[in-house]
Amino acid sequence: MTDPVPVIKIRGLVTKLGGRVLHDGLDLDVERGEVLGVVGGSGTGKSVLLRTIIGLNRPAGGSIEVLGQSMTDHLTETRLRALQGRWGVLFQDGALFSSLTVAQNIEVPLREHTTMPQRLMDEIAAVKLTMVGLPADAAMKYPSELSGGMRKRAGLARALALDPEILFLDEPTAGLDPISAAQFDELVLNLQRSLNLTVFMVTHDIDTLRATTDRIAVLVDKRVKTGTIAALATDPDPWIHDYFNGPRGHAALAS
Amino acid sequence: MVALTASDLDRPMHLAWVRPRRESGALIVALGGHFVLAAAVALDETLGKLASDGARRIVFDLTAVERLDTAGAWLVLRTARRFAGAGATVERRGVHPDFEPLLLTIETDCHNPPVTHPNTNGFGALLEKIGRSVVKLGLQSTELLGFFGMVCAEAVATLLRPRRLRIVALFTQLEETGLNALPILGLLTFLIGIVFAYQGADQLRRFGAEIFTVNLLGISICRELGGLMAAIIVAGRSGSAFTAQIGTMKVNEEVDALETLGLNTVEVLVLPRLAGLIITLPLLTFFANIMALAGGAVMVYFGLGITIPAFLRQLNQSLIGWSFFIGLMKAPVFAFIIAIVGCYEGLRVSRDAASVGRATTLSVVESIFLVIVADALFSIMFSMLGI
Repeated sequence: MTDPVPVIKIRGLVTKLGGRVLHDGLDLDVERGEVLGVVGGSGTGKSVLLRTIIGLNRPAGGSIEVLGQSMTDHLTETRLRALQGRWGVLFQDGALFSSLTVAQNIEVPLREHTTMPQRLMDEIAAVKLTMVGLPADAAMKYPSELSGGMRKRAGLARALALDPEILFLDEPTAGLDPISAAQFDELVLNLQRSLNLTVFMVTHDIDTLRATTDRIAVLVDKRVKTGTIAALATDPDPWIHDYFNGPRGHAALAS
Repeated sequence: MVALTASDLDRPMHLAWVRPRRESGALIVALGGHFVLAAAVALDETLGKLASDGARRIVFDLTAVERLDTAGAWLVLRTARRFAGAGATVERRGVHPDFEPLLLTIETDCHNPPVTHPNTNGFGALLEKIGRSVVKLGLQSTELLGFFGMVCAEAVATLLRPRRLRIVALFTQLEETGLNALPILGLLTFLIGIVFAYQGADQLRRFGAEIFTVNLLGISICRELGGLMAAIIVAGRSGSAFTAQIGTMKVNEEVDALETLGLNTVEVLVLPRLAGLIITLPLLTFFANIMALAGGAVMVYFGLGITIPAFLRQLNQSLIGWSFFIGLMKAPVFAFIIAIVGCYEGLRVSRDAASVGRATTLSVVESIFLVIVADALFSIMFSMLGI
């Protein structure tokens, strides 16, 4: 099932935010079926990179191809909508629609992209809920009635509603207690294996990186350096060195 | 259960197909193609109609399945469960090793009934809604009254020890609620004055009593309109701002931080706003009166040819007794209502951001409502007092 063409292919990306250049000539490939972790110091534009790939930010230069389709040249509304059905995004706090119940939240993409009868949508919503480990009674609750961890799971269920090929996660374990964070790591990994997902994950959490990722992209000097944890741990760049060999990095990697 | 005809099953489903056949007493269901979300609607229908025809052993043959996602896997498992529930033995065979984890995940984890949605239609739901709002209204009124009492007690305590009043915060409020409101309030009341004078002159001209337009303006603006306009604009501008500011602090846990640092929330957040508004609203009312009268004066000068000195003389005669002060006397009460409601709604905000917006809307609606109710009570009181 290997695919010679990378799922995400970024070449010479330049992004600017408020006159400040965040990325300059950034190249990145994400292969099918891999879990890629993106790390970097505060303000290096990790989330901006994610938002640029999914088309929420317009890059100032360079090219981005997702699933073989260019996101930068002649992207029509129809093609973007079709692409959006093939990826799922989990925002930091779940970004659930607060006026809808959890089940209705999961059904939003189904309603938009398919012609399913309500009964089948309800069944699929229930399947997704159990897949992300939420109890059945969470379906009828509103997002404000859920804890932070449950909101993230519900957000993940919505991101998975259309059985996407790529899953974008923005700080999936931020704000979770270590036990929930570890469960979330395991959940992402299980789903990734059973659904053969490609996962693009922005995170700060070095435990999550160690537990889930195949490869890591570090944002330094407006570009990325990619490699496995073991390879990056010996990188001479001072930020990368401190990240992996600082007290926290050391503890996480040693365990 | 509807038995399937051959044509039903051979109907090309574009992506996936289902072919049942009998084999020595067992029913073999061969599945093939792309068992994905895009085929779900068609598969749902076909698999839903699939009947066991009395077979005790049912085998799902997935050899020809090329792609399988959660929706497809769920549909296969749902059908298998239906047969198993009817007492048949169900097996799977020919599952590609790549699909095994997905099928296992769903099979072991999914025992949920399909989700249900809250019922929002129908008579029962309507009754429930009415009941809930009535109870909520009662609880909220009691709470508001309690808050009113608490603020009064704190205000008296602060008046006894004036040093506790936060002077900087008070002056910030004076600027925010008073000075910054002048342009919009001035413009609106000026225009109201013009409109009023125009309408009044039109009616009074029929009796040749144009000069009484000035009396109409003087009485209606000074007794009612100036004060009401100022109160409504301040409720929209400052009452909502109180709710939004305090509500945002509540969301960020700043209010809790104040409490833990030993500061009194009412003293720090509510009293400067209350005192500020009680000082500014009478001043704003005075300003509104003057601007509305100026608008009226401009209108009668150009429309009726009444000169400014004549206007002022007539105005002086019309505003006998208490008339000019009645509007100003009501202003502190309106200010009290707006500030109390604004702060109360702000402090009621829960920890989610959406409730700030809800509370702000509520605060404006409630304070305008209560201001008009208070105005009606004042009218009754003044007419009983004969002023």
